[in-house]
Formats: sequence, C-alpha cells, structure tokens
Amino acid sequence: MKNCEYQQIDPQALSTPTPTPPPHAAAAESGNEQDKKAKRPRRKWEVFPGKNRFYCDGRIIVARQSGVLPLTLGLILVTSGLFFIFDCPFLVKHLTGCIPVIGGVLFVFVVITLLQTSFTDPGILPRATPDEAADIEKQIDNTGNTTYRPPPRTKEVLINQQVVKLKYCFTCKMFRPPRTSHCSLCDNCVERFDHHCPWVGNCVGKRNYRFFYTFIVSLSFLTAFIFGCVTTHLALRAQGGKGLVFALQESPVELVICFFSVWSILGLSGFHTYLVASNLTTNEDIKGSWSGKSGAEDTTNPYSHRNIFINCCSVLCGPMPPSLIDRRGFLPTEESAQTSSAEVETPSLAAKNEINVVGGSSQLACGLQDSPSPVPAPPNSHQNSSFA
Amino acid sequence: TPVSSKVFIQRDYSSGTICRFQTKFPSELESRIDKQQFEETIQTLNNLYAEAEKLGGKSYLEGCLACLTAYTIFLCMETHYEKVLKKIARYIKDQNEKTYAPRGLLLTDPIERGLRVVEITIFEDRSIGSGR
Repeated sequence: MKNCEYQQIDPQALSTPTPTPPPHAAAAESGNEQDKKAKRPRRKWEVFPGKNRFYCDGRIIVARQSGVLPLTLGLILVTSGLFFIFDCPFLVKHLTGCIPVIGGVLFVFVVITLLQTSFTDPGILPRATPDEAADIEKQIDNTGNTTYRPPPRTKEVLINQQVVKLKYCFTCKMFRPPRTSHCSLCDNCVERFDHHCPWVGNCVGKRNYRFFYTFIVSLSFLTAFIFGCVTTHLALRAQGGKGLVFALQESPVELVICFFSVWSILGLSGFHTYLVASNLTTNEDIKGSWSGKSGAEDTTNPYSHRNIFINCCSVLCGPMPPSLIDRRGFLPTEESAQTSSAEVETPSLAAKNEINVVGGSSQLACGLQDSPSPVPAPPNSHQNSSFA
Repeated sequence: TPVSSKVFIQRDYSSGTICRFQTKFPSELESRIDKQQFEETIQTLNNLYAEAEKLGGKSYLEGCLACLTAYTIFLCMETHYEKVLKKIARYIKDQNEKTYAPRGLLLTDPIERGLRVVEITIFEDRSIGSGR
C-alpha cells in the first residue's frame, strides 16, 4: 500500500512533548522510548515490547507463562530426593560408594542446565526502529504492485546456492533473518528458533540450544541411572527375601516417574542428537523445509557443514553469541538537537495521521505519509533521532 | 539546526547466517564519501564479525570447557565474541572520529540495532548552526 504509516512513530512523537507516554509503549522499540518525566534512569527491560518477564533487574528473562517449569523442577527434585534418601544408603552398603557421587554430579548438571535454559535469552531479535521500518517499507513499496492486495512480504536470498525465502514480520517490522521465527507465546522473533518448550518455560533458540541439549542429555542419563539403581535395589532386596514389600512401598513413585520419563527423554535426546548432527532445527524438521517435501527440486540444508562432527561442534561448541536486547542498558534520555527539531514537525504530523497504537498486529493504518518528496529528510527520521 | 536522514546497510545472507553486511555502496552517500572508503569500512567490520564467529580450535576449546562446567563459566568469563564486539565498538568509534564525522556522517554500531543493519546518519546543514 502506498499510503501507510507506522503507529510506532506517532506515540513517540507524541511522547516527546507530552510528559506521559501512552501505556501501550509496547509498540515502541525498547531503545527509543523517551520518558522525560522519569526521575531515575530506566533500564531497557522495563519497556521491552515482548511478552517476557524479567527478574533481578533484568538479569533473568523468562517467557510470560512459565509453563510447567515448576512441575519439571519438582519432578526432578522429588525423584532425585527419593533416590538419595531411600536407595543410596542401601546401595552404598551393598554395592559401591560411587553411586551417590555419580547421581549427585548428574543431578547438579541437570538442575543448572535447566535453569540456564529457562533464564537465558534464547536469541531474541529486538524490533526494528521506526526508521528502519520506514526504510524497509519504502523499499517494498518501490518494488511492489499497486493492486488492492498488499504486496507480498517475502524476499528471496541465495544461501550457498539454495533459494531461501525470508518473510516479513509484521510485529517486529523487519524481514526475518534466515532460520528466525516469531514465537507467538513470547511475541518475539527468535534467531535459529527451535521450538517453544513449555517444560522449561522458554523458547529454545540460538543462544540457549546448547543448554537445552545438555539438559536433556544429562536428564536422560540421570533418569536412566536412577531407574537402574532403583531396579537394582529392588532386585537385591527381593533376593534378601524380607524387605521386598517394604521396598516396593517406597519405590513406586520413583519407578513410575523414571519408567515413563526414561523413554520419552531418551527419545527426545535421540531426536535432538539427529538435529544437531544435521544442523537442523525442530521448526525446520517439522515443516520439512529441506527435505524436499514442499518443493519438487532437490533441496538441501544450506546451513549444514556436510560433516557430522563439524555440525555438532558448531552447534554445541561454537562461540556464544551475545544477547541482542541489552536488557540492563539504560534508556537514552532526551539529548540531541535533532530531537528538538523533530518536535517542531511532529504536531503537524500528529494532526494529520491517525494514531492507532497497535501492539503488534498486522494492520497498518493508512494515513498520509508525510511529504511526497523522498530525500533529503522524511520527517519520520527526525522523530526517531533519539536512537540509542 | 542540522537535519538528518538515515541509510541502512542490510545484512548479506549469501553465506548463511553469519554476520555480514552488504558492501554495495548506497547512492545517498555518493556525494559524501568515497566508495572505496565505505567499502573498506564495511569489509573490515565483516572481517571482525567473522573473527568473532569463527569456528576453530580456540572456540571449540572454550565451548567444551564451558560444557564441562555446565556453562557456569559464562557467568564469570568474558567470551571471545564479547571481546571482539568491544574491538568492533572501538573500531567504529575510531572510524567515526577520523573519517565519518568530518564528512557529516555517523556510523551506528550494529549491535545497537540487533546486528541487523549498519545505520549511517547523514547530517545536512540547512541553516545556521554548525554541523555535528
């Protein structure tokens, strides 16, 4: 559509002269919110537009619904607790003292990696600044058609001789990089999006995939180990003859939990090992992006290094990318002179354009897009000069 | 009061998901800076990002060590990537001071834009007031 404008720009423009920014600051990108009235400098996580929650002043990030993370933790703690209290003393006496040590190490590994998977930024992409969004929109309009239907919001790129379609994200106002997907539960675009895991209460993406993988692998070892120990314990007791009924009374909880979880977690670990070895994400595997299901031609995974060992190393031991959302950074205060020039122009814009603060839906209000003359300075860019 | 517009250098995905920016010279900068100077800046940035994301003996060692400690070393140690990011920030500051600011341009560190774009702000002096 030719005459489209971005709601994001207006609230900021409005917020510059008026003291209170609109409560739907969700539409504003984190680095651009101006809050003249704040006495203390605010951190960026406080105005983060996605559906995440932050703790410890932005150090810890979780999805809005923590899903069943408490359940996961509870199951692990209960099962391991029962193991240490009931099985270990018996097994230490009858077998070896290594049992609780191994169990302890696995347990610690499991809990630490679980918490890291849940509390780490999975690779969230910050939303496009209004200037960027305007620039992209201009490019689309130039190449698009003028029918009633909005122009197709896809872009094709050639990656390692493979055609890949990049989709435009209406919420984040940008073309998604390859392998990036928008998680509707968290309302964020996540890089190398694997899946949203309710068990850990977070998305699994580029930054926390290795934690997730270590978690499920060590959990498989832990559940298999506990299962084995409990079975051994029962077998030994049964041989002894006397305490079988008593032993069975204590152990069924562990047995049941372990029995069911061993197979499912082993299965999951096996599946993810396959994904790691072929450098695929769950998302791609499910959609069959590279298996040629959707296309007739021979499509191969352009991201694979064609070597299982290298694939594993790059996914699990590669360099740890930084968090792109800068949760604990401070919001910029009103400073540059450009912003003051923006204030002059914005009231006229505000008067002209419809202000619809939409928290990320795909509708674009059609108002007048400033001056028809393109260069040198579309006023949109002024309003936003307070970039970080 | 200086007036500004912005040019966005987008990512180049032809080699995959590694961080690379397009080296195509935007037309808006034609009157401001040499094509060669611009390309050199972008190319240096690309090389620095490649260094940060390089898969090699050192990064594998870091990764394996991290795995053995259940990734707790990430809480206390600065990763290789972060070190290179600091280098990049210094390079950009340096380029701004030496090359871009004298021509009325300003480079924004891509990390502040989620590594999506290199944002170049073009300042134009319209009326009174010296340019930044």
